[in-house]
Amino acid sequence: MKQVFKKPHALCDVPLHYCPGCTHGIVHRLVAEVIDELGIEGKTVGVAPVGCSVFAYDYFNCDMVEAAHGRAPAVATGIKRTNMDNVVFTYQGDGDLAAIGTAETVHAAARGENITIIFINNAIYGMTGGQMAPTTLPGQITQTSPYGRNTETQGFPLRVSEMLSTLDGPAYIERVAVDCVKHINQAKKAIKKAFTCQVEKKGFSLVEVVSTCPTNWGLSPEESMKWLQENMLPYYPLGVYCDKL
Amino acid sequence: MAEKVLLKGNEAIAEAAILAGCRYFFGYPITPQTEISAYMAKRMPKIGGVFLQAESEVSACNMVYGAAAAGARVMTSSSSPGISLKAEAISYIAGADLPAVIVNIMRAGPGLGGIQPSQSDYHQATKGLGHGDYKMIVLAPSSVQEIINLTAEAFDLADYYRMPVMILGDGTLGQMMEPVTFDLPEGRKLPEKTWATTGTKMEREHNVVNSLYIQPDVLEKIVTERNEKYIEIEKTETKFESYRMEDAEYMFTAYGSTARIVKNAVDELREQGVKVGLIRPITLWPFPKEAYTQYIGQVKAILSVEMCLGQMIDDVKLAVESKIPVHFYGRWGGNIPYPDEIIAKMKEIVGGIA
Repeated sequence: MKQVFKKPHALCDVPLHYCPGCTHGIVHRLVAEVIDELGIEGKTVGVAPVGCSVFAYDYFNCDMVEAAHGRAPAVATGIKRTNMDNVVFTYQGDGDLAAIGTAETVHAAARGENITIIFINNAIYGMTGGQMAPTTLPGQITQTSPYGRNTETQGFPLRVSEMLSTLDGPAYIERVAVDCVKHINQAKKAIKKAFTCQVEKKGFSLVEVVSTCPTNWGLSPEESMKWLQENMLPYYPLGVYCDKL
Repeated sequence: MAEKVLLKGNEAIAEAAILAGCRYFFGYPITPQTEISAYMAKRMPKIGGVFLQAESEVSACNMVYGAAAAGARVMTSSSSPGISLKAEAISYIAGADLPAVIVNIMRAGPGLGGIQPSQSDYHQATKGLGHGDYKMIVLAPSSVQEIINLTAEAFDLADYYRMPVMILGDGTLGQMMEPVTFDLPEGRKLPEKTWATTGTKMEREHNVVNSLYIQPDVLEKIVTERNEKYIEIEKTETKFESYRMEDAEYMFTAYGSTARIVKNAVDELREQGVKVGLIRPITLWPFPKEAYTQYIGQVKAILSVEMCLGQMIDDVKLAVESKIPVHFYGRWGGNIPYPDEIIAKMKEIVGGIA
């Protein structure tokens, strides 16, 4: 019998703990497929964040380091500067990357560190039960914006891809989404381009993946995809924000 | 050999680290230790090492965590307020059983405080840095020569025990210049870092560097095993200096640059016929309790002299368990005690007034 589909080698053969309909499952798979296709698992070191994907160190087959909240780009810098031939990636959520870790994110990008950041933007803090994130939309209801995000008292969301693209340091930044097949295919291309950028020593790459959180949005997985399309994509337009490759 | 060079304390730390094989330094400027970064910025590129000025002390120490995970001999340095920022990363370094050397050139606090020397981070270093049940080996040099020897040893200790090691200096030590030699003793025999995250090369299972253990039974076991390591270190790694204690009736105790001043006071009091000596801890953790308990029955009182409100004194009292009265003299805010003041305080004690 011909095998037409299998789990990527870079993904451990263990059950994932994510909620039904969580897009972490999709993105983990895409990253692992890219690592397999580029043949780099043996020299890859991943940095796991604090957030729902904290257990990523159990899901990827390459060497993994758990970082303190927001510090993954600094940890990745330490790893990469020690062994320049390693492919070092971080996998971070919106609280990790754009709240507590803003300085580490901006400065790793500004330094043009030859690392790859996978940024999961789902407009909420998932692991801790659905609080407001720097990427929460105006008017969006969360546990810490129970009347809807009030821009007067709680400010405006951060557009990370746009922000980082104003720096001279980055080599490649693209925003993608995983809400439909067409977008998932584009997301994989972007992730592959980002890892390739690092392998070819061309500099700092970041892929922002607009994602869902059905559990904390209070929607079904299917409704969540729709909510993403109708609300997130207008605020976070997909596309390439930096391409010096 | 033994060629002597005149070197500033801060620079001696940097050069000693390089001689010990440190090739990775992540730092951030802060008075009074910025010379360490400046020295590393010049030296590291010349020897194929890595110097990086991070965006904050927080980030610098997390870079240390990453480099340590990747198997590097790595160091960071700062002064009191910056060390507070590193507290998070140090806890993670300890919790992930990583080797790293952290230097604190103490200045007066709390808060922004002052830039003059102080010893008010003793509690922070030995008990309070970062959260959770863990220890850090803390080494307290008292001369530029000792800075060199202890910095070199710090890397061996860190690698051998897989834990963070702190060099606790102060502004005086960081800025003073003394003639030194770089004749370092033979290092320890160290195992290979098979646990490091260097890439599997598809030849082994993937390594994970981590401090998260959600199951209480698992975390309890890990913390217990780490503690057994600490108990072993307490038995075997204490270091102290004993100065004119053989027939001493009264004991001074002090560490770091304060101990240098106290030695002057000891010599002056001895000239005046007072039988005093000094116990100078060199490891602040593990604290050399035996240095004090051996004098129970011989010594009538102990005077702890520190550049703070009194922090090491707590460990001295714990060590002697009320069997010797323990007194305190100190200056703080960046002020340094003079021999005269220290002599006057000891005379009060000897005269039974204190």
